[in-house]
Amino acid sequence: MWDYLKLAGLGVLAVLAAIAANYAHDLAYQVNAITVMLAAGISFLFVLRTAGDPKTVNQAEYFDSVIRAGAIATSFWGVVGMLVGVVIASQLAFPQLNFEFLQGYGNFGRLRPLHTSAVIFAFGGNALIMSSFYIVQRTSAARLFGGSLGWFVFWGWQLVIVLAATGYVLGATQGKEYAEPVWYVDILITVVWVAFLIVFMGTLFKRKEPHIYVANWFLLAMIVTVAMLHLVNNAAIPVSIFSSQQVQVYSGVQDAMVQWWYGHNAVGFFLTAGFLGMMYYFVPKQAERPIYSYKLSIIHFWALIFLYIWAGPHHLHYTALPDWASTLGMVFSIMLWMPSWGGMINGLMTLSGAWDKLRTDPIIRMMVVSIGFYGMSTFEGPMMSIRAVNSLSHYTDWTIGHVHSGALGWNGMITFGVLYYLVPRLWNREGLYSLKLVSWHFWLATIGIVLYASSMWVTGIMEGLMWREVDANGFLVNAFADTVAAKFPMYVVRALGGGLFLTGALIMCYNLWMTVRAQPARASQHSAVPAE
Amino acid sequence: MCAKPIKKEPREVETTGHQWDGIEELNNPMPRWWVWTFYATIVWGIGSSDLYPAWPLITQATPGLLGFSTRANAAAEIASWDARNAAIKERLVAADLNAIGADADLAGFAERAGAAVFRTNCATCHGSGAAGVVGKGYPNLLDDDWLWGGTMEDIHLTITHGIRNTTDPDARYSEMPKFGVDELLEPAQIGQVAEYVLAMSGQDHDAAAAAEGATLFAENCGACHMEDGAGDPTQGAPQLNDAIWLYGGSREAIIETITYARFGVMPNWNKRLSEDEIRAVAFYVHGRGGGE
Repeated sequence: MWDYLKLAGLGVLAVLAAIAANYAHDLAYQVNAITVMLAAGISFLFVLRTAGDPKTVNQAEYFDSVIRAGAIATSFWGVVGMLVGVVIASQLAFPQLNFEFLQGYGNFGRLRPLHTSAVIFAFGGNALIMSSFYIVQRTSAARLFGGSLGWFVFWGWQLVIVLAATGYVLGATQGKEYAEPVWYVDILITVVWVAFLIVFMGTLFKRKEPHIYVANWFLLAMIVTVAMLHLVNNAAIPVSIFSSQQVQVYSGVQDAMVQWWYGHNAVGFFLTAGFLGMMYYFVPKQAERPIYSYKLSIIHFWALIFLYIWAGPHHLHYTALPDWASTLGMVFSIMLWMPSWGGMINGLMTLSGAWDKLRTDPIIRMMVVSIGFYGMSTFEGPMMSIRAVNSLSHYTDWTIGHVHSGALGWNGMITFGVLYYLVPRLWNREGLYSLKLVSWHFWLATIGIVLYASSMWVTGIMEGLMWREVDANGFLVNAFADTVAAKFPMYVVRALGGGLFLTGALIMCYNLWMTVRAQPARASQHSAVPAE
Repeated sequence: MCAKPIKKEPREVETTGHQWDGIEELNNPMPRWWVWTFYATIVWGIGSSDLYPAWPLITQATPGLLGFSTRANAAAEIASWDARNAAIKERLVAADLNAIGADADLAGFAERAGAAVFRTNCATCHGSGAAGVVGKGYPNLLDDDWLWGGTMEDIHLTITHGIRNTTDPDARYSEMPKFGVDELLEPAQIGQVAEYVLAMSGQDHDAAAAAEGATLFAENCGACHMEDGAGDPTQGAPQLNDAIWLYGGSREAIIETITYARFGVMPNWNKRLSEDEIRAVAFYVHGRGGGE
């Protein structure tokens, strides 16, 4: 019965999408509608093939097939996102790479949101969905709730990525940083995200452990808060149901404030809280050590959750935003410093007694460097939120450097560590194909980040100083173009750093591929049994 | 299969007694330095929100004890520079245009102020080094080839009222006929005129066609560009018998220019810049190399 309902739903969706494609006002909408039609059609055939078959699911086994898919998607989108990053970094250094034939599709302006969304939501998002499904099952000793709903979350998220990415290239965007997807993609994100919440909460509810592990607090905070941020920031009215255009509900400084409340907390909850959840499970597992302090984890969790949400105005210092809001944003950002560092302390101190593993285990080394970059960027962030510092750093490449020491250092490195941890276990293989290649990856990535971050500090501070330099009569000394010209060598270094980081990721993909293909198999460890 | 508990060193602090997939949690206290630094940032936060505008009330926010305001600070800084520069600006406005260079103080100020005005307003078209954009109709200001004259008075007038704009009735104005579009010349004749223009600028050309073109040039073009192609700065007609080209000097570019004509526009800056700024940037441009 359920299968036939699904078939009917998918069939109706495919027909509606075909109608929408026919009446489309713009190319992006049309391409997106055709994509939805194809996705619904393929799903229809897939359901049809097994319709009415008796489904036997061993409830005592973990639902790991969706996590395996997640590991593949994370690696794939990671490489895509980083590749686009290297392309746009090169376009900034060598503007000739904005080729004439790419105008309107592949110039910097179109590719930049493609890069940010691909690394944050495609690479980071898949990493988060994959690890939350893994962590919540293991720490609840229960199979994932909701049957095939987990698959819906996975494929729904991939569809979001494809619709958003093709839309950007064809010019469909609502022009809000990190919230560029247009209204119908936003609706799909909402549906998928609610399904994610149901799967996660449902698994927590049926857990066989008496308590909820700390990693799950962070992951749940991420899911709930991102839902709220997404709904509020994307409030918009479509121009037509057949158009990718929409009108924002807010305007002026209110719109800016809502946008940066969203933007800052996308960093805070997606890239910080969510990834702390990953850290809290995979670091103690890989180090085989207990978490350092339970008390610290409670206090820093609640402090982080409470303080982060108020820090958004620091993105709008010296703008139309009233001074009072700007002060509050700064004050909350400073108070956020120690709560952020709580996670770093708990992560690093968990390794006490296991420091020797740094020499022998490149995966632990990756995790430690990741926590180190986390600590560095969560110190740098509050510092840059101070109004006086921000007057120098704002709008400069320093911000780009700051973001990337967090994104490459913290999010990237911990995700690499998690993939190295997960793949042999998910595919039941005896360890990784090559630890030596992990070491290569580690050094390429680390050197890449150092080149990236330090070149951006140099250009950022240089251009900040050049912008504000005045002569004896108070006249500005430099034209904007002078600062652009002065940054050229550092732009080349930045592109090189990104290239090294991407090379490392490619080595990882090869290593993971060979692990699955060439390593000897071992007994399955997918049964859901409580630890006690 | 049961995950094996993670091993624990002897004589450590106790765990909380729970276990998840083999992960245990130690009951270590929070590091003291962490707690105290956290408290310190809270105290700093409370202090800052007292000193600066911070807490929103019903009609306005608390102003803070320091009376701090980013807008007032910026306005005060601008006012202080204005006050410091007021006297010399007054002298610049009063000075004879050609006497600015002789007064060291005035010249230094005009050079710096003019450079700032140029970077902000003029560099967009004329380039940050003032070299223009060759072939795109943005004149190079570094050479001594002037479309509308290169004396201080000429440059001052051009900047003040602009060229061929619709926003200032006193803008400099002239219009080249569209010889091809309006069928004033046959395509073949345009080709001949182009050969003649190539000839007078010393480039490779078809001598026979150029000879035909000479007569056509004298009849159609000479009134503005002069019969020898020397141009006329009083009506913005470019010199054609040199190697400097505003829209390109190739055969194709010249034919395109004769066929469709050109109509380069420059805004009038008298609505956006003050007299002292216009004088300063005129002095700056005049001093770039080719001022007459």
